Amino acid sequence: MDDDVILLDFWVSVFGQRVRIALAEKGVHYENREENPQNKTPLLLEMNPVHKKIPVLIHQGKPVCESNIIVQYIDEAWHDKSPSLLPSDPYLRAQARFWADFVDKKVYESAKKIWMTEGEEDQQVAKKELIEVLKVLEGQLGEKPYLVGESFGLADIALIPFSMWFHTLNEIGKMNIERECPKLAAWVNRCMERESVSKTLPRPHKFYEFILEMQKKKGH
Amino acid sequence: MRSSEMADEVTLYADGRSPFVCRVKIALNMKGIKYKNMEEDLQNKSGALLNYNPVHKKVPVLVHNGNPILESLVIVEYLDNVWERVPILPQDPYEKAAARFWAKFIDDKCIPALYKVFSSKGEEEQVITEACEQLQILEDELELKGKKFFGGDNINLVDIAADFIAYWLQLLEEATEMKLVTRSKFPKITEWAEGFVNCQVVKEMLPPRAIMLAYYKNRFGKI
Repeated sequence: MDDDVILLDFWVSVFGQRVRIALAEKGVHYENREENPQNKTPLLLEMNPVHKKIPVLIHQGKPVCESNIIVQYIDEAWHDKSPSLLPSDPYLRAQARFWADFVDKKVYESAKKIWMTEGEEDQQVAKKELIEVLKVLEGQLGEKPYLVGESFGLADIALIPFSMWFHTLNEIGKMNIERECPKLAAWVNRCMERESVSKTLPRPHKFYEFILEMQKKKGH
Repeated sequence: MRSSEMADEVTLYADGRSPFVCRVKIALNMKGIKYKNMEEDLQNKSGALLNYNPVHKKVPVLVHNGNPILESLVIVEYLDNVWERVPILPQDPYEKAAARFWAKFIDDKCIPALYKVFSSKGEEEQVITEACEQLQILEDELELKGKKFFGGDNINLVDIAADFIAYWLQLLEEATEMKLVTRSKFPKITEWAEGFVNCQVVKEMLPPRAIMLAYYKNRFGKI
């Protein structure tokens, strides 16, 4: 079943990173094809005509889109390979889906605002919002090693790529996320001990460089 | 029947007017699951609701044997995991991923774009164009599938996710006297909607037209 797996990705995307972590966890061999968002390939447009976005997993010629959906697909298509990326208990499974969805709806938006807003006041609002969201996640973490149940899974995979943003957020937002959310910081370190995570996520300073470059182009 | 079914306690914190709540009710009905309906006054939320859903404070919330499950589509999948009869999601991983994709598309893109048309009083051309673009994508998908429902011969997760489009949208259009989905422009969606609202398991769960019309007229008025 390892045959014919292609991932359309863009190195900086947290969504692409989720998929790469999942593939690495399962030990699935695949061909990584880097897309340029400014110049999308015909293959991407054909495989994701609705959103025209990465990541897209192409398995035996058929596309799967939307990162959290792809991660679940990987778990199901390679169910015979351990580890499981979702709990077997239906209630914990539902929790995993809820939190993965929460990350999508709350973390991405509030984090982006920090480098996209101009003006001291707006940035303060954005910072407060992000910390609130991260604290809710800390609440869910509690004393557990991972976000849902006892094993690394979908919810952790959904959130961990954002840890790469912390350095940038701390610099641009003049904040200290690790100090405000120590349990989350510990969880980040725990996740980084997994090869699938440490080998997938770019170094934080690379992301910071990327954002600075992006800001420069916009004339900030 | 599940071995522990006699002992199952299922409670749904609901608002009968909500299409999101209705998704869960349709799923419960499809699977013949007995449950207690706790109707919430959203202007005055119960302590129980706030306790079970402190993060979003919204309905629907399903409580199964004391465990709360949140978010309508998460709840529907949960019901499908626990009560395996009358499946709502396909078995095949690829088909399952496709169903989840379309359900998410409806939630993330279609419904917000449609709401915007009515909440902006249909004044902005761009907003209407955007909404029609999303509808066209669904129209094309139905055309491609060539079946009665997104789920084929029977309704599945996608049809359930699109319940707003099948029923509530039409009532919104009627209340505001603003038509988006015409038979000529969206023949497949129109046909699909008629089929969907006429399904027994769906029909029984829809709030009465009069109630929705009154609610929408009050909220949006004529456009």
